[in-house]
Parts: sequence; structure tokens; C-alpha cells
Amino acid sequence: MMTHSSSSQCWLTRPFGERATQIFLGVLFAALLLVTVLHLSVPQGHPLHVNAYTVNLFGKYLSYALLAVAVDLVWGYLGILSLGHGAFFAIGGYAMGMYLMRQIGDRGTYGDPVLPDFMVFLSWESLPWYWLGFDMAWFAFAMVLIAPGLLALVFGFLAFRSRVTGVYLSIITQALTFALMLAFFRNEMGFGGNNGLTDFRELLGYNLRSNDTRLGLFIATGVALALGYILCRAIVTSKLGRVCVATRDAEARTRFIGYRVERFQLFVFVVSAMLAGLAGALYVPQVGIINPSEFSPIFSIEIVLWVALGGRATLYGAVIGAILVNYAKTVFTGVMPDAWLFALGAMFVLVTVFLPKGVAGLFRYLKRKHRDDQPPKEATA
Amino acid sequence: MRRFLSLGLLCLLLLGITVTAQAQTSASVDADDAAALELLEALDVRSFPAKGEAIIAILQSDDERARDWLQSLLDGRLQRTDDGRFVVVLDNRGRDWPVADALTGEPLGDMSRRDLDRIGINNNLRNQLRSAIAVVDLYSPDVERRRTSATRLLGEVDAELAEPLSELIAEEEDAQVKRRLTQALAIYQVESGQLEGVETLRGSLHPRVRVALNRAANGDDPIVADAANEALISIEQNLKINRGLETLYFGLSLGSVLVLAAIGLAITFGVMGVINMAHGELIMLGAYTTWAMQQLLPGQPGLALILSIPAGFMVAALAGVAIERSVIQFLKGRPLETLLATFGISLILQQLVRTGISPLNRTVITPEWMSGSLVVNDALSLTLNRMYVLGFALVVFAGLMLIMRRTRLGLEVRAVTQNRAMARSMGIRATRVDIMTFALGSGVAGLAGVALSQLTNVGPNLGQNYIIDSFMVVVFGGVGNLWGTLVAGLSLGIINQVLEPWAGAVLAKIIVLVFIILFIQKRPRGLFPQKGRAAEG
Repeated sequence: MMTHSSSSQCWLTRPFGERATQIFLGVLFAALLLVTVLHLSVPQGHPLHVNAYTVNLFGKYLSYALLAVAVDLVWGYLGILSLGHGAFFAIGGYAMGMYLMRQIGDRGTYGDPVLPDFMVFLSWESLPWYWLGFDMAWFAFAMVLIAPGLLALVFGFLAFRSRVTGVYLSIITQALTFALMLAFFRNEMGFGGNNGLTDFRELLGYNLRSNDTRLGLFIATGVALALGYILCRAIVTSKLGRVCVATRDAEARTRFIGYRVERFQLFVFVVSAMLAGLAGALYVPQVGIINPSEFSPIFSIEIVLWVALGGRATLYGAVIGAILVNYAKTVFTGVMPDAWLFALGAMFVLVTVFLPKGVAGLFRYLKRKHRDDQPPKEATA
Repeated sequence: MRRFLSLGLLCLLLLGITVTAQAQTSASVDADDAAALELLEALDVRSFPAKGEAIIAILQSDDERARDWLQSLLDGRLQRTDDGRFVVVLDNRGRDWPVADALTGEPLGDMSRRDLDRIGINNNLRNQLRSAIAVVDLYSPDVERRRTSATRLLGEVDAELAEPLSELIAEEEDAQVKRRLTQALAIYQVESGQLEGVETLRGSLHPRVRVALNRAANGDDPIVADAANEALISIEQNLKINRGLETLYFGLSLGSVLVLAAIGLAITFGVMGVINMAHGELIMLGAYTTWAMQQLLPGQPGLALILSIPAGFMVAALAGVAIERSVIQFLKGRPLETLLATFGISLILQQLVRTGISPLNRTVITPEWMSGSLVVNDALSLTLNRMYVLGFALVVFAGLMLIMRRTRLGLEVRAVTQNRAMARSMGIRATRVDIMTFALGSGVAGLAGVALSQLTNVGPNLGQNYIIDSFMVVVFGGVGNLWGTLVAGLSLGIINQVLEPWAGAVLAKIIVLVFIILFIQKRPRGLFPQKGRAAEG
């Protein structure tokens, strides 16, 4: 079973020894560096200049990529098709949004020093208890991880304990995010209802509308993606990851061997939810709004498509898929908005029928073919 | 002030009515047109009190056209042409109005609105007219008219009217009119402090009765007040029961929709273990078939609706077979991938409708025999379209039960559901069963669409709105069990409606979803899990 030669290494540093991780991190940092240089050093108007809008767009893609990595962790390595990861993403986003709302202070339309505009508008007297503490950055940033993690812990504990798996789990995760969407649409919830949270000013004192902050957020998202990737890689290459893969392939057998399958599932599910929350928190300051539509079941199922298109159970495939699909979305909605849903629908069908291993599977296939075409040098190795 | 006027009017009115009644018995069919013209002329004056007198004069006349005149005066349709003739406008929409002579009733063709002069009234007169018409209608030979006017009299009876009213009650033959008039009289009695009225009102649920009793309960007379209070309590209890029944009805109605939407899903999911995310769009196709049928057969919405039942079934079934053959058969044994692929199909179908037909809702006409409602009592009336849908859902359910239990196909379907490999080794062609099942399940979705077109908006998002609810019903009821789907659908519908007044529509939905999520933890295989070997799969 233990095919890994470097089992003596620390579990967290093990991924650095992998070829795929090295390439991925190399490409990621090269891309970050390139965009930064092209944005800062190349003068405006030059064809190679990357403007602030594009930097912002790339930052958005990267936060989606982190979300896709989180989904791939549970779907690719644990066999849990979560159709509700948008919920964790949105909750992380709301935690960040609440912090940003509090940062507005008395500069809102109504000028209330404490209450956000929508609460003044709904004539609320004071902040609800769950808004307390969000004026402190450390607390809000902790909640970005804790709130989605807690929801995943409770939901996962209930689901995995009673062995809800397969399509049943998919359906109830979808119901979860649908219920949350309905709830967040309600004004009484105290999260801005339909309009959500918006009109943000600054993050940690940096003006969100300045180009430098946008670049900084882009780089921060890239770093978060790299760290998230390494963490996931470390998990899946560890012993724990092997148990997860065993669970995915034969849950009953793994249980019979003596593993408490539900504990592994719960742990990985919670980690994935926290990563999704982090992605949401990085997404919100870059797009400037968070509203209940992020909870919509369609968004959650779209994330799964990114992973499927990129290639399940590879992690880097999820990143490729997220960027490809969202780039296509940007292009399509700009050129011919009506065709986007056709394209998206066709992608769902074509990927599942013709490309079950995704783009990453295509890479591997080509690589293998390339190797097979070479004279068999390492046949004895 | 107004009350005073109407009292005086009614007093005069009754004189008039007795005269009218006598006149009718003396069978003078044609009244003198000159006299009639004079009556109408009196209306065309500037002062409103003078008009009031003119109205009384019309009432006192024995002219049988009096009611029509008053009604058209009330509606603002009694007008005068430039050459001084009185006409009744038949339809006051558009630029030119068709009119008829007020005296002879002959149609005079279209007239420009500019050539017509309306005989104006004020609110005071309007109220007088309404009461007057109600009283006139009490003598109408038309039972419907008598019923309406009797209902209108509730709370409007005063001392002058009380005595003739009791005579009328004695003569009235229609039980419903009689009961209404008795209640109207009883309200007057309660208001004038007579105890016997309270007793009569005890069983009534009409809001005006409650108003009268409430007033009496707060009145000066302690005996009447006590009796009124007691009557109110029993009415409240009665109302509570009726409200409960109404909630139950709405719950069953919602439940029947859920059952219709979910039962096709239950079949395909149960047999093939496949989640068809495009199921909602198959429902949508059924609804659009109804719309298309009504476009093909303009003016015959009922026939079109009936024809849509087989047509909707076929369209959805064919679409289902196309989906099965083109996508699902290649994804055997990979339920999660099937879910994703069919979701893609649902997006494509939605967008097809959006670009092909319209992103806006289409209107589907409800045929006459389906509109309206069944009035049980003053507090409870059941809308007919919901009742039809409820009946339809039960018929579809019974039909599916028959197919599953009594036909060869049903036998094969059950065999494949329970143990695919064993069924195949017994010679059942599982692939063919798959296709047939998918066609059946999809066809039922089409039927659901036909039914839904009568209850909700027909638009591209129709399916999306029902898909999650349908899943919930299937999961709650237990996969592969039609009874489970029925029980789950109806009970979820009722739970939703019971929670709604207490929590609001959205919160009720959230509570139901959370309830199901928790329920699944307790019973992962639904209300009615498959037992024995079938459960292994």
C-alpha cells in the first residue's frame, strides 16, 4: 500500500517533493509575478499592460479556484458530491462582508456610526447579537473559517453518523443551501435581505477602490490558493488521505477493516468547508458585494462542473476547470449572453459523457501516449 | 346622515314596491313611454337632492324597466345624446361605444363618446341606489338575484323594513334566500336589543353577523350582551374548524401538486437509481404543451386542456426517451455523473424555451368549468381548479399503481428495481425496461405540467421551482415506493400550509427543509424504506 518513498518526511512538507505540486506552484507564482509586473511596470496604453479591471477579474478567478479545490477535496478524494459548497463560500463571504460593513462606520448614507444602512432603513434599534465583534478584524477573519466550519461540523456529524451517502447526501446538501438562500433573502435575518451587503470602503485601512489594494488582494488570493492547495495535497498524500480514498472506493469494506469512516469524512468535510469559506472571504472584497444569490443551488452545482471539467481527484484540475469555465463565462456573457446557458449545459453533458476524467485526464492520457511512443527505456525499472 | 337618508328612502321605497307588485299583477306590460320619458327627464337635473327624488319617483312608478335604469345609472351608463334621447351604454371601452335606447331597449349602434352626456351621481346617491336595487331585487323572479340582494341586506335592515321583511320571509320559497333574510332580520333584532335575534345568529359565519354580535356584546343590555358573547364564542369555534378545513384543503392541494411533480421522479429514481435533474423541465414541457394546445384551438380552452393531457404525456415521454438514449445510458452505474449531465440538459431546455418562445410567462386560460369555487358556507369556499388538480393527482396515482401492480411492464419494472442482475438472468430485458420506465416517469412529469399550468405561471423557471421540492418528497417518502411518495407529498403539503400562517411562507418552507434534512438523519431511507434484498442496492 505505502508506495510513497518519502514516508519519513513531515506530512506537511511531503507535497513539495511531488512533481505535479512543484509544477503547479511554479506556474501559479510565475502567473502572479507576471500579472504584477505587467500591471505595475508596463505603462498604460501599452498592449501588454494589464489593467486594474483584469487584475481584479483574475483575483476573482483565483478565489473560485480555491473554492474548486475545496470541492475537489471532498468529491475527488472522499466521493462526497456536495451540491451545497456554495453555502460555505457564501457564509465565509458574509463574515467578511459584515466586517467590511462595520468598517464603513458613519460614512453610510444615513450616517449611523454603528448600524449599517439597511438596518437604519429597516429602523432597527441596535445591532443583533451575531453582528457583535465583527468590527474587529481578527474576530471577523476567524469567523470566516469558524462559521462555515461549524455548519459543516453539525451538518456532517448528523449526515455521516447516519451513513447518508451518495445521491441522498447530494440532495440534502442542495436542500441545505436552498434553505439558507431562502433564509438570507429574508430581511428579518439581519443580513441585508435581497440586496445583501455592499458599498464597502476599506479593508484593514486600505481603500478597496484603489488599484494597489486590488493588486494586493489578487496576490493574497494567489497565496491563499497556493497554501490551500498544499494543505489539500498534504491531506490526500497522508495516511488519512489514503483512508479517504479507500472510503470513496469501498466504504463498507473500509469500515469492516476497522476505520471509523464517519470521522475521516467529517474531518475532511469540515476542512473543505473552511477552505470554501476562505475563498468566499477573498471573493467578497474583490467583487464588492455579497448577496443571497451565492447560496443558489445552481451556483453550487456549477462549482462541481468546474471540478469535473478540470479533472476530478487531481486538485490542480479543479484550478484549471474553475479558471477555464469562468473565463468562458466572462467571454460569453460579454459577447452573446443568451448562449451562455446553452454552453454551460452542453459542458455538463459533454464533460460527463466524453471527458469523465476532465482536462487533467487528457493531460495524463497525452503524457502516457507520449511515453509509450518513446522506445521502452525504463521497461526494467 | 347617510343612514338617515337611506332610511327615508327605504320607507318610501316600500310604498313603491307594493305598488309595483300590484301593477305587475294587473299585467300592464307596456307602460306609457311618455310617462317613462318624464321619469328619466327628472333625473337630468343639476341638484343632487332633486335627483334623489327622481330616483324615488322611478321606484314608485310601476315601470318594469326601473331596475335596469337604476342599475345603469349606478354604473354611469345611463347617458343622454345631443338630441335629448336617453340611452344605455352597453360597453364603455374604447373610443366608440355601442348604445341602446333606454326606453325601448333597441340597439342604436355605435356612438362617439363625445356625443354623449352622462347623468352624474354622487356617493350619497350611489349608496341609495345600491340599497334600492337590493330591495327591488328581493322581488325578482330570478333566485340568484334574490340571493345576492338578500346577502346585501345583512346589517342594512332598519325598523321600517323589518315588518315587510318578515312577511317576505314567510313567502320566500328558496331556502337559502330565506335563511339570509332571517339572518338579516335577526341582525336588526339584535341591534334593537331583542334577545331572540341572537339565537338565530348563532350558527352563522358571515362577517356582518359577527360585527353585529360584537356590537351587541359591548352594548348596554347585559342580558343581550351575555347571549351575544356566548353566540360569538360558538361562532369563533365554528370558524376555527372552518379555517382548519381550509388549511387542510390548501395543504392537500399543494400536496397533490407535489405528488404529481415527484411521482415520476420516484419511478425513475427507484428503478434506475438515477437522479434526473431535468425532471422539472419535463414538467415545464407539459405546461408549455397545454399553452401550445390552447394556441392551436383558440376559443376552446376546455377542449384544449383535455387534449393536452395525452399530448403533454407524449411530449414529455418522448423528451425523456431522448434524454435516456442520448445521455443517461452512457452513464450506467455513475449516479453522480448522471445528476450533473441531466442538470446540463435542464439548463439547455430552459434556455431553449427562453430563446425559442419567450423569457416571459405565458398565460394559460382556465376553462369556465374549472374556474369559480364551491361555496360550503360563509367562511369556507373551495376553489374548483385546485379540486380538479387534486382529483387528477389521485387518478394519475391510481393509474400508476395499476400499471405497477397489474401489467407485465409493472412486473418487470419491480423485478429490475429489486435486483437488476437477477431480473436480467430471468430473461427480462433491463435496457428496454429502463427506456419504458424513463418514458413513463417523464410522461407523468408532463401530466404534472398540464395540471400545474392551471395553478401557477407557465414560464421557463416553472420546473426549477419544483425540482427541489420533488426531491424532498422522494427522499422523505422513500425511494421506489409509490405509497411513500403519496403520503410524503400530501403530508409535506399540509405541514407547509399549517406552518404558513404562523411562520410566513418563506420561513415555513425553510422549516420544512430543515425538518427533512433532520428526518433523513433519523431514517436515511425515507418513511417507507425498501426492505429485504432490495435495500442492499
